[in-house]
Amino acid sequence: MRLSYREALNQAMSEEMDRDADIFLMGEEVGHYQGAYKVSQGMLQKFGEKRVIDTPIAECGFAGVGIGAAMVGLRPIVEFMTWNFSLVAIDQIINTAAKVRLMSGGQFKMPIVFRGPGGAAGQLGAQHSQCFESMYANCPGLKVVMPSTPADAKGLLKAAIRDDDPIIFIEGERLYGFQGEVPEGEHLVPIGKGDIKREGTDCTIVSWSKMVHTALEAAEELAKENISVEVVDPRTIRPLDEEMIFESVRKTNRCVILEEGYSFSGIGAEIAARVQSKCFDDLDAPIERINRFEVPMPYAPNLEALITPDVPRIVAAVKRAMYLEKN
Amino acid sequence: MGLASSSEGRYIPPRRRAHRAAKEDPLNVQRQENAVAVDKKELLALYQQMLTIRRVEEASAKAYAQGKIGGFLHLGIGQESVCVGAISALNPTDYVVGTYREHGHYIAKGGSAKEVLAELYGKSTGASGGMGGSMHLFNAKNRMLGGYGIVGGHVPLAAGVAFASKYRGTDEVTLCFFGDGSVPQGAFHEGISIAGLWKLPIVFICENNQYSMGTPLYRTLAVADVTERASGYGIARDRFEGHDVLLVKERIAEAVERARKTQQPTLVEVITYRFRGHSMSDPGNYRTKDEVEEWKKRDPITVGRERLIGELKVSEDELISLEAAVKAEVNEAVRFADESPVASEAVMWNSVLSTPDSDPRKI
Ligand SMILES: Cc1ncc(C[n+]2csc(CCOP(=O)(O)OP(=O)(O)O)c2C)c(N)n1
Ligand SMILES: [Mg+2]
Repeated sequence: MRLSYREALNQAMSEEMDRDADIFLMGEEVGHYQGAYKVSQGMLQKFGEKRVIDTPIAECGFAGVGIGAAMVGLRPIVEFMTWNFSLVAIDQIINTAAKVRLMSGGQFKMPIVFRGPGGAAGQLGAQHSQCFESMYANCPGLKVVMPSTPADAKGLLKAAIRDDDPIIFIEGERLYGFQGEVPEGEHLVPIGKGDIKREGTDCTIVSWSKMVHTALEAAEELAKENISVEVVDPRTIRPLDEEMIFESVRKTNRCVILEEGYSFSGIGAEIAARVQSKCFDDLDAPIERINRFEVPMPYAPNLEALITPDVPRIVAAVKRAMYLEKN
Repeated sequence: MGLASSSEGRYIPPRRRAHRAAKEDPLNVQRQENAVAVDKKELLALYQQMLTIRRVEEASAKAYAQGKIGGFLHLGIGQESVCVGAISALNPTDYVVGTYREHGHYIAKGGSAKEVLAELYGKSTGASGGMGGSMHLFNAKNRMLGGYGIVGGHVPLAAGVAFASKYRGTDEVTLCFFGDGSVPQGAFHEGISIAGLWKLPIVFICENNQYSMGTPLYRTLAVADVTERASGYGIARDRFEGHDVLLVKERIAEAVERARKTQQPTLVEVITYRFRGHSMSDPGNYRTKDEVEEWKKRDPITVGRERLIGELKVSEDELISLEAAVKAEVNEAVRFADESPVASEAVMWNSVLSTPDSDPRKI
């Protein structure tokens, strides 16, 4: 079935909520307004106000409510209108959700999904364009999931809802309208399992979420010059499918890491560290990283484009890794 | 900006002036009479619980001084009547969520002295298997949902527990304890606001011991009566002094009943006092000796004992043997904690996630 990424997410939640009455959706504008990004379209009509709950603008409050409910056995899906606003709830997520299991010596589970859109979406400025995967992934006790396609979105969200741990589910704000083939019904993508989005032999690009599509475009460009790029998508940032990445690098002997967010303490830094430690003898060139440049996102379209990873930067990085281009 | 100045020309903040003016009764709480109905068996049981908590905390202070306990250690000595009285108003299926000053709450909710002390010693037999420590005592079986170390941060969580009870249509009630220092915190307001909006079966209990660390209440709150916040959130309120354990029980029972029957939350402020410093490193020099001595006259344990003897004609002998039994129990708990095996590495690795990341040691 052809669905948009948005519809795939909606289907995942609806199917799971049909299956288990302990699951509910909570967040700003998720009910009567049908979702700020229409991800929950029709769900209020289907499940009623008890299970599709409009909250006041109090992220810290409702994230905490979700956490308490999860501790005593419900399975909340907490929507942040965007991940930018999760910062006022980050205490709840990091200090509580991620830690209750350990602090209680394993007595309490934390089956909760925090979800919403992340990343830049076009001239939204400094406060509405941010990537938080590296912040959340820095915290043991959380799992961080970032699907790039409608099929992965559905399969991973269903898996996330069934998982007994707190999940940071970051959707691509720019991907909501993206269409793709999605398996009907029971379609689960295991958390922690990556996917090869394009096979190739000359160079590996590791990328996730929206950037996978930019990587695929770059791969297409490079193919015209007979350079065969493999695009691998870990899909889950933490736990990370490092074996898939290592295997690809062992085949291509080159690694480019493409990340929408900043490089400093970024996910790419973690991946690069692991690749150099496990594939040192396989690498024919230094690992390349492509990231957003280190400034808060400006509003002007020329500047936003300037600091955002794009196809020419990827093409250049791949060529550097192949010693086809200097610097 | 013109600063108000006193006659000596020294600036005195407005709150302080108001405070001085109201020196007779700075908190403006009417001194309570003791609770009316007194049942001997009940008061004896509550007295024993308060005493156990007191002895456990004294023992932990001693162990701390001996270097057997590390980290932060916050004692509730002087405040025992609040947790004991309040939790005695609950059914076993009700929930408790507390702060880092929660040894008493843990015991009042059915936990043992052994579990508390072993946790403080960092042992595998502790309440949280040595993973939590003094500030994070959990007991799933007893529905003690933990102590939390971020001031005010647990208030929304407690509202969420009450939300789950309502979602499932059970008659459970949640008690959420916090200090006066939580009241300026955002999470406190968001949690209470949502509980009021959604009519959740919860009682918010502010254990107002009049200080947050070294800062007296008048320097943290513009309106000293904490319960005034209730009106803004559409919930009920109550406020009283808490040295009489039975009075605490009686008043909290009303709020619990309200939560259970009508799903209306209540914000309760119980005025109390901690006799020791904020934590073991704090000698509490910001308070005068007189002030501390004044409050010690209303030591909940002494008050309970006096009522047992005076009103209920419990004999001195009976109390002495009860007190000896408590002492023996706590001594045994100390021995147990000391001799228990250290915290388990396996439990640690398995308590991070339900399906562990790749081997965490590898990363
Ligand atoms: C958010 C946060 N800020 C600061 C602290 C440090 N801190 C721990 S306890 C405390 C005082 C809290 O006082 P109160 O809420 O009145 O509780 P009490 O200690 O009197 O029981 C402070 C400032 C903290 N734990 N959490
Ligand atoms: Mg206090």
